Amino acid sequence: MQEQSIFGEEHVIQDERQLNTLNLGPTHPSTHGVFQNVLQMDGEIIVSSEPTIGYIHRAFEKLAERRPYYQVTPITDRLNYCSSPINNIGWHMTVEKLLQVQTPKRVDYMRVIIMELARIADHLVCNMVLGVDSGALTGFTYMFQERERIYDMYEEICGARLTTNIGRIGGFERDFTPGFRKKLEEFLAGFPKRFDEFDALLTRNRIFMDRIIGVGPISAERAVSYSFAGPNLRAAGVDYDVRVMNPYSSYQDFDFMVPIGTAGDTFDRFSVRQSEIRESLKIITQAYNNLPEGNFFADCPEFYLPKKQDVYNSMEALIWHFKIVMGEVDMPPGEIYHAVEGANGELGYYLISDGGRQPYRLHFRRPCFIYYQAYGEMIKGQMLSDAIMTMSSMNVIAGELDA
Amino acid sequence: MALNNEFLLEKLQAQFGAAILGSEQVSDYLNVEIDAAKNAEILRFLRSDAELNFMYLTDLCGVHMPDQTNRELGVVYHLHNLEENYRFRLKAWLPILDPSIETASDIWAGANWMERETFDFYGVIFKNHPNLKRILNVDHMEFFPLRKEFPLEDTTREDKDDRFFGR
Amino acid sequence: MVEAPDGIEGQGFFATSLDTVIGMARANSLWPLPFATSCCGIEFMATMGSNYDLARFGAERMSFSPRQADLLMVMGTIAKKMGPILKQVYEQMAEPKWVIAVGACASSGGIFDTYSVLQGIDKIIPVDVYVPGCPPRPEQIIDGVMRIQDLARSESLRRRSSEEYKQLLASYNIE
Repeated sequence: MQEQSIFGEEHVIQDERQLNTLNLGPTHPSTHGVFQNVLQMDGEIIVSSEPTIGYIHRAFEKLAERRPYYQVTPITDRLNYCSSPINNIGWHMTVEKLLQVQTPKRVDYMRVIIMELARIADHLVCNMVLGVDSGALTGFTYMFQERERIYDMYEEICGARLTTNIGRIGGFERDFTPGFRKKLEEFLAGFPKRFDEFDALLTRNRIFMDRIIGVGPISAERAVSYSFAGPNLRAAGVDYDVRVMNPYSSYQDFDFMVPIGTAGDTFDRFSVRQSEIRESLKIITQAYNNLPEGNFFADCPEFYLPKKQDVYNSMEALIWHFKIVMGEVDMPPGEIYHAVEGANGELGYYLISDGGRQPYRLHFRRPCFIYYQAYGEMIKGQMLSDAIMTMSSMNVIAGELDA
Repeated sequence: MALNNEFLLEKLQAQFGAAILGSEQVSDYLNVEIDAAKNAEILRFLRSDAELNFMYLTDLCGVHMPDQTNRELGVVYHLHNLEENYRFRLKAWLPILDPSIETASDIWAGANWMERETFDFYGVIFKNHPNLKRILNVDHMEFFPLRKEFPLEDTTREDKDDRFFGR
Repeated sequence: MVEAPDGIEGQGFFATSLDTVIGMARANSLWPLPFATSCCGIEFMATMGSNYDLARFGAERMSFSPRQADLLMVMGTIAKKMGPILKQVYEQMAEPKWVIAVGACASSGGIFDTYSVLQGIDKIIPVDVYVPGCPPRPEQIIDGVMRIQDLARSESLRRRSSEEYKQLLASYNIE
């Protein structure tokens, strides 16, 4: 029988062996989320796989056609729920593009700080869980505390921990409070050292490296053909980052690197995410230190709730308040595609507005859905335990997969 | 020669002439409308031509406009040339009684599931697709839910009290 | 530490009713099956973490196999495609078993009043405790587990073979 190479060469079946069928079912401790894979196995090696998704299809796109523009924000929360501020802010930017509203620089910098915190939170979850799947539970217990600190910061701004519904169309409802500033400064001071501890636990760990080097590789050409995006694409060697290619929200003002891998395997994906956490920390420090003066909201009275004092004293503000809360504001007709760099890659919003108070068509370009197609190709010829590690390292979030 | 709207339109019209039905600049991107019968050739040309070289298919989705007779269902492609950093949008309209169009999954591997999703939601048949089945909804569903005539809620519920739902 | 129940104490022995002892044992060693589908699952991970620590309540070992679990924690939206699977997992669990519906989606369908979402898991399996929230804070999830502990502590030993319970299961078409 041919020896199985760790770089996934074609596994030849000889002597007409009978294949096993294994159902890596929707409920499984290692599939983070509900998706099913029926695997054909030759002993321990996977010969082919057939994925089934849709176990958490909540019909977001149809739901969005029924809701006024502000009520769509809670839906976008539930797409990639590990980093929901990025989804919210991306949606608000899409609507601002439709309205042709320009946000002040201060809003851009505030948004950058929040989005990078969300990116750190998401990459932490992915790498922690990669450790847990290979048996290293300590990293999870330590790093979840960091996620709790980020949750505390979100609570200061918007009141919620996980599904944040953060910000407004045109900016934020209030400036950064002193409580938030204190927590952010403590985080920036203490996080690098604690993150280095987590890094030391896993990155150069002999057992962990043996487990994930050469596992689930994909070449750069196949990755581009499959429309991969985000850390998975960058691990394969293609430097495509929406923050650099089509900068939004003043990302061009910041100085940061985009880490790239070479082999596109699990170790590269893990390392790219670790490096991206450090780069995000750099961006947050730059943004916080250079926060420009100005307003924390743009000038769009049709969408931005007026101050409460004005609502009680001025007729115009009262009418705007009523119209905004009841969702009676009409949008200009148009067709917009806006993409942000989510934690998993290019998260796109394709909005068609026919001039009413609800979107006519809203389509989410979800990176998880698109790159999960390649999973069958990536695990072909690998062993079952490698398939689990590949799935964890791809950071498949069920909410984004099914929408 | 830099890749921009004029250059793209020139090349497409030179190669395909009548199959390019129109073009329009809508906010950031150029919308090019093509004849649905020729979409496979046009997409293959866009991918393989050395100067155009659209190696990245950003998105593939469907739209339903019930008021446009004979052109109700639309398939929208967002294409991106990573090296020149140029994007544009391609649209093909299909009649609702016979919505079939060639698949793009042999040109870009990522189009596979995106086309299955469009079939699931709108009923657009992609010819020569390797595995055209429903992907997100239950397999035995008979309707195409994102078409405008299909309701959002489950109509077979008996426990909804209309007093609480403002009806 | 759990307090000792009422009973008669003596030199080297402690006598109390069997119901109380078994109730105490069951309540303080519930093994949960985290059936985490979406966002509430991430809040569950926070509950399991060191800040909110569910392990203090006896739920140290998360069982992913229904055969070895007592408490089915359904966290997240259940779509109609997922319904039969949830029912199968419930049927595979051994008695006594409890079900806790965490989050608005599991309790009643939540914000997703659509054609593809099951409007509450109590349409297919009997539920003991509902924890509202979207997602509920870890403190609320722990509160839900404590209510299950109260139920487990005070449940009669004969309940699972009683006529009433059999009728409850029959109303859900569970044999």
